[in-house]
Amino acid sequence: MAKKEKMETLCINGTKYKTNLTESFRNRKNWTKPDERMVEAAIPGKILNVYVKEGQKVKAETKLFILEAMKMKNIILAPVSGVVKKIHVIEGQQVPKRTLLIEIE
Amino acid sequence: MSLKQKTRELLKKREQVELGGGEKAIEKQKSIGKLTARERVLSLLDEKSFHEYDLFVEHDARDFGMETKVLHGDGVITGTGTIYGAPVCVFAQDFTVAGGSLGYMHARKITKIMDHALKMRVPLIGINDSGGARIQEGVNSLAGYGEIFFRNTLSSGVIPQISVILGPCAGGAVYSPALTDFVFVVEGISKMFITGPEVIKTVLGEVISMEELGGAKVHSEITGNAHFFAKSELECFDQIKKLITFIPWNNGQKARPFPPKEPKAEFDIEKIVPSDPTQPYDVRDVVRAIADDSDFFEVMENFARNIVIGFGRINGETVGFVANQPLVLAGVLDCDSSDKAARFIRYCNAFNIPLVTLEDLPGYLPGVDQEHAGVIRHGAKILYAYSEATVPRITVILRKAYGGGYIAMNSRHLRADFVFAWPGAEIAVMGPEGAANIIFRKEIANAEDPDAMRKEKVEEYKKKFTNPYVAAAKGYIDSVFEPSETRKFLMHAIEVSKNKKDGRPKKKHGIPPF
Repeated sequence: MAKKEKMETLCINGTKYKTNLTESFRNRKNWTKPDERMVEAAIPGKILNVYVKEGQKVKAETKLFILEAMKMKNIILAPVSGVVKKIHVIEGQQVPKRTLLIEIE
Repeated sequence: MSLKQKTRELLKKREQVELGGGEKAIEKQKSIGKLTARERVLSLLDEKSFHEYDLFVEHDARDFGMETKVLHGDGVITGTGTIYGAPVCVFAQDFTVAGGSLGYMHARKITKIMDHALKMRVPLIGINDSGGARIQEGVNSLAGYGEIFFRNTLSSGVIPQISVILGPCAGGAVYSPALTDFVFVVEGISKMFITGPEVIKTVLGEVISMEELGGAKVHSEITGNAHFFAKSELECFDQIKKLITFIPWNNGQKARPFPPKEPKAEFDIEKIVPSDPTQPYDVRDVVRAIADDSDFFEVMENFARNIVIGFGRINGETVGFVANQPLVLAGVLDCDSSDKAARFIRYCNAFNIPLVTLEDLPGYLPGVDQEHAGVIRHGAKILYAYSEATVPRITVILRKAYGGGYIAMNSRHLRADFVFAWPGAEIAVMGPEGAANIIFRKEIANAEDPDAMRKEKVEEYKKKFTNPYVAAAKGYIDSVFEPSETRKFLMHAIEVSKNKKDGRPKKKHGIPPF
């Protein structure tokens, strides 16, 4: 039989239900609007080359990094034109997936 | 040489081969808490029922020094036997022989017994314990896997296919279990993954243990790859044996009936479901209050727990239960629960097992993560699975049946054969709070006391729509009865659907939203 004392609340269409939440539900990420000026690693790998410097003006599609992953050398291009505000990685660094690599403003 | 001498020679040869990889390797296998392949087969099958084939098969690899190596049985045991009298074909990979690696002849032994199982229309049970492809045999080893996968697909929906993961099962090898009907895993022993921790570490820099990456818990709770979880190999074999009693030998038969037995008195169906639709309860108690001997054999117990699936019997006949679980996430449908239920519904349909749906859900789970994860595509699977099912289909609406969830859970509109409701059932587009907010938006906004007005309108909506009679008036529900009458109605419904004939347009196959 269900123990009611420990129950949590889940609201669906205005009605509040007493129930248990699952771990994956609790750990779900709140959605945020992606910011294309913050370039993240789409795949885990190793930064082989850094082609730009902080403060440098870059045009969209300027070569920023080489990210080696799965034996492939992936070229990371600037998604927008702007100034490099901060570079978060150095050459030779191993980066997990979704690491922030560079900020452009 | 006399026949006696020849017989002695045979026995000696057999003894040698039956030792697999030898005493040292066996000792190692045991030291990590694993049974040997032979012990596994013998403890799974009825006593003295195992008949082994291809014991004397030898590999024919000629490269990298393989030509001088003797691999007994080429690392796999194959044969036939019975489980509670039901004939089955089995193969068990022997880790003590070259790490159970899959070479060409090893695969040939497996595909031979698979062909046999399909031809004889009996269940196939595969015990996986292998380091993977035998690298020395190169593309021949890959060919072996491909031949197995093709046969898995060919047999799918014709004979029951059961995979037991009792050791590593890595790389391409994982796809054979993935193509079969039921996957059994054992804590601390089963390991399944496409790329192992070593590769992940060197290529991607992520550090994770085998257990965390692809252990038994991971596959029964997170990935949904496994259907049954056990704490020991022997418990796992008991689960397999029990499953075999619930299912038919092939798609041309029905499951063997059992002597009917009344549910246990401790499950009082009148007392399980609270009348307030926002209060939780364990829907499995309802199943136990209905099923013969209160015996419910749950499938995927720890994955997507907001829906419950599994086998039971009603009046001696196997049925498949699909039930929303108000105890977890209020019983909503979401990506994983839809996927879980849809596959089970298709299993039951393929193997002539009537479906009993117990419904109590507030609808689909809202959220960006669900929408972006494809809840439309996954949710559609459940509609598809019910709509294409031609086995007897019965629904009992225990309490809430709101919106899209009402349609999806084996409604009349998807051609359920019987739709029943308890007196407390609420069939509506959504819960009263949400509905009142929309229908009476203006009245509520313009009222002097909006909260009081909202309350009043919620009550008004509740009185009008939150009952089974609006749907019953249209004939969408066949019968409204007291909870205590449920078993009687189900027994009768199954009895009268025994000769059900229902067709679908001829086609090569449909295009379900995989």
